[in-house]
Amino acid sequence: MAAVTVLSIRDLKTYFYTQEGVSRAVDGVSYHVIRGETLGVVGESGCGKSVTALSILRLIPSPPGKIVSGEIIFEGHNLMDLPLDKMREIRGNKISMIFQEPLTSLNPVFTIGSQLSKVFILHQNLTKKEAKKKAIEMLSACEMPSPERIMKEYPYQLSGGMRQRAMIAMALGCNSKVLIADEPTTALDVTIQAQILDLTLQLRKEFGMTMILITHNLGIVAKAADRVVVMYAGEKVEEADVFSLFEKPRHPYTIALMKSIPILGRSEKFLKEVKGVVPAPYLEISGCKFADRCPEAMRRCHREKPQLREVEKGHLVACFR
Amino acid sequence: MLRYIIKRLIWLAFVLLGLCAITFTLSRIIPSDPAASYLGPRPRPEQVEKVRVQLGLDKPLYVQFAYYMRNLVHGDLGESLRTHRPVLQGIWEHLPASLDLMITAIFIALSVGIPLGVLSAKKENTTLDHLTRLFSVANVSVPSFWLAMIFQIVFFRWLGIFPIGGRIDTVVNLVSPIKQITGFYALDALITGNWAALKSTLSHLILPSITLAAYSTGLIARMTRSTMLEVLREDYITTARAYGISEREILFVQALRNALGPTLTTAGLCFAFMLTGTFFVELIFFWPGLGTYTVNAIFLNDYPVIMGITIIMAVFYVVVNLAVDILLAVANPRIRLG
Ligand SMILES: Nc1ncnc2c1ncn2[C@@H]1O[C@H](COP(=O)(O)OP(=O)(O)OP(=O)(O)O)[C@@H](O)[C@H]1O
Ligand SMILES: [Mg+2]
Repeated sequence: MAAVTVLSIRDLKTYFYTQEGVSRAVDGVSYHVIRGETLGVVGESGCGKSVTALSILRLIPSPPGKIVSGEIIFEGHNLMDLPLDKMREIRGNKISMIFQEPLTSLNPVFTIGSQLSKVFILHQNLTKKEAKKKAIEMLSACEMPSPERIMKEYPYQLSGGMRQRAMIAMALGCNSKVLIADEPTTALDVTIQAQILDLTLQLRKEFGMTMILITHNLGIVAKAADRVVVMYAGEKVEEADVFSLFEKPRHPYTIALMKSIPILGRSEKFLKEVKGVVPAPYLEISGCKFADRCPEAMRRCHREKPQLREVEKGHLVACFR
Repeated sequence: MLRYIIKRLIWLAFVLLGLCAITFTLSRIIPSDPAASYLGPRPRPEQVEKVRVQLGLDKPLYVQFAYYMRNLVHGDLGESLRTHRPVLQGIWEHLPASLDLMITAIFIALSVGIPLGVLSAKKENTTLDHLTRLFSVANVSVPSFWLAMIFQIVFFRWLGIFPIGGRIDTVVNLVSPIKQITGFYALDALITGNWAALKSTLSHLILPSITLAAYSTGLIARMTRSTMLEVLREDYITTARAYGISEREILFVQALRNALGPTLTTAGLCFAFMLTGTFFVELIFFWPGLGTYTVNAIFLNDYPVIMGITIIMAVFYVVVNLAVDILLAVANPRIRLG
């Protein structure tokens, strides 16, 4: 099967105009997903993973945010150029999303059933009855016990794991081509995390979706992804297929991440061996943004920004070494 | 739910008891002789004495209070010292006119204030938002009597498109009188198909109800704006957008439903306070409602009427609040009454 690119992001820049200054949350990121694969996007908290994902669907709150430049190519169109009503036909319908916070991602005053049905009616021209049937189907596909009862419940009556299952049911029921899962398990209980991850992976395969899996956990990436994009401070620093990444990580940041892979669910000693913190996103940095924390930094790293280069076929890294 | 309502009603009974005790005492402390008022101008002393006994005014205060409360329980608020008609009847006759005004006003306030608040939140910090906020502040801070007089000057004196006051045109009322069914003129005219009267009564309703609505409109717009601003930042709004829900539906259904609590509470309070707010408006627009009735009673020291109205107002206040609580519980599944 030829590798068909389903979605590609080109040189995306999303900035937030805050009181501290211009926060360059995403500063020139490019990546693409190939049909049927799972692309893992990893990076520390605050490195712009969610903002990138939200930018794909143009969901950046504005003000203060703004997509300053870049292209999102999907099915031959640049999503940036689409009028809002065309964009709405893509949201949920062609590209759907699961969010980080199951506790707050569902509307508290509507039942699970009505929230699911509404989306199905909107995109699939179903009648109310059909949509309800579909919602029940999807809930049971997500291994919800007694889906009929869940339909009538409000989000607050469900646990975090259950809510995330409902969210997954909504995403999968849309039959969309691309599923963006933004840290679907991070906010959940340790014991639930693995369950939800397995469920997501299994259903993704069943429904034949292409997935962008965002996480800060390389353990999850190793388990789920075909290819990986490593982000640091709003930039892509490395990209490779999962095998070459784990075999031969090139970027010192990736290497540091590897050293601190959290066991799935265990509390994380994230990047302990690397001193310092991510530079504030509104600082102007002329060199490599990781240089201050990098154990292998040279003088050049502070002055000059390393460009992405291909070290092996499909393996890109932004580092002078 | 039912238990909650009953609990609140029992609480109402206590509030009323306290309220009655206070107003009753006050009405007996003020230096005026109810028995003399009862008889009209220049009564003879022996007449006054007779009436004093007849009205039970010779008894100790607590006995009088007990009598009053006993009658109250039977739905008897006593009779007016001036007209000698039952107070309840007087209130009953004047209430529809006031409610007419108040219901129209709260309707205006909600249907203008909520959309304004929603749009203002959506367009935060734009010109529209600034204008809306200015409008809200102006509405809240302008005194109603001033607004009423400005309206009268502009729309009656200068433009001549609305009447200066009253509830219906005298001529219209003579030619095609409204058959009283509910006591609400517009409704009665509509039911009986009396178009001339409907038109007249509506044109009389506009200025006073807008005057009465002004304060509430401003307050509701502000409240809606600030809660909407919070709600629009919630994750579930992003979810709704991410699933292609239309912006209109997001604003007016998904977000508003979550933001409605404080707005409804505010509206409830506004509506309850309108019963007193309407006094000024009624006086200025010659509106024959409870306000006019009350003000006359106050001028004439007609204390049974004053007390009756105080009690009715307290009941009204509690009932409106109860209604709002029930509405809130219906709108938000997380609220459990109890
Ligand atoms: N609404 C906003 N206003 C201002 N800044 C924002 C806003 N949303 C995100 N940012 C900034 O964008 C940067 C990237 O945030 P983002 O949510 O993409 O991080 P992330 O990689 O998803 O992290 P996490 O793992 O914590 O989810 C952060 O520095 C954050 O401060
Ligand atoms: Mg995130």
